[in-house]
Amino acid sequence: MSKITIRDAIPSDLEAIIALDRTPNEDKTGYWQGIFQHYVVTGRPDRVFLVAQEGKSLLGFIIGEVRAWEFGSPPCGWVFALRVSHTTREGGIGTRMFTEICERLKKAGVDTVRTMVDIDNKLTLSFFRGMGLRTGRYVELEKRID
Amino acid sequence: MKLNKASLFALISVLELARDPERQLSTSDIADKYGISSHHLAKVMRNLVHQGVVQAMRGVGGGYRFAGNVNRTTLLDIIQLFETLESELDLPHWNKAAEPVVSELHSVTSEIDTVTRAILDTVTLATVLKNTRATGEGAAEESPPGRAAKTAAG
Repeated sequence: MSKITIRDAIPSDLEAIIALDRTPNEDKTGYWQGIFQHYVVTGRPDRVFLVAQEGKSLLGFIIGEVRAWEFGSPPCGWVFALRVSHTTREGGIGTRMFTEICERLKKAGVDTVRTMVDIDNKLTLSFFRGMGLRTGRYVELEKRID
Repeated sequence: MKLNKASLFALISVLELARDPERQLSTSDIADKYGISSHHLAKVMRNLVHQGVVQAMRGVGGGYRFAGNVNRTTLLDIIQLFETLESELDLPHWNKAAEPVVSELHSVTSEIDTVTRAILDTVTLATVLKNTRATGEGAAEESPPGRAAKTAAG
């Protein structure tokens, strides 16, 4: 594997990110355009969108930000998106991106990072546990309202 | 949650073997190191071999070797070879009036079981080994020099 760099996302990464996140029967173009506007174009240090690049290919991305006083929580780093291409998993890319985003969030003034993952997404849950995350102080509750 | 003895012995053994997948250890090696019953451990090891988690090596210097993938094997994978993780309500006799309460309690314990399984199913052996190494190193750093040297020598 040649050299992989972790860098900030730029507007021209949009198509590659959409391709990395593509799932059958779902068009998320509008969602990603909004995410790029909010996390890339504005260029704020408390909003972090990183990509992993090898040559001309994007192999993964991670997105997070500082959120304050949601649910009464003091400012805290939230990682809400993580993806590594199927072909390059278990090669340390996720670890490098997560380590880098933690550094960025720390510089932005927080000392805790938080995330939320679907209970059936064993791979991603295992990854975050491997990175040292544990069940936190806030418990997610939900109810069907149909 | 209370894990049974077989699950705990299995976790201890598998983690010890997974620490160095090339190394072979006998039941006595593991039992002596952790101060557990080798008789009980032997039964556990037979089940682990049968399930393909560890491999029995025959001949001189034979023993057991970890046969899985530390990044993909979770605590739940090992535990569920020895027990089911379901909460039980110890209410052998009740009349119809208790049914709504019992039903609701079953619903709550089911929620607890779901979370318990989700946690155990996402903690890999690699994560446990990484954390135990970090804890071990931390303990060694905090120990007085003489004690640490004694531990290292042992």
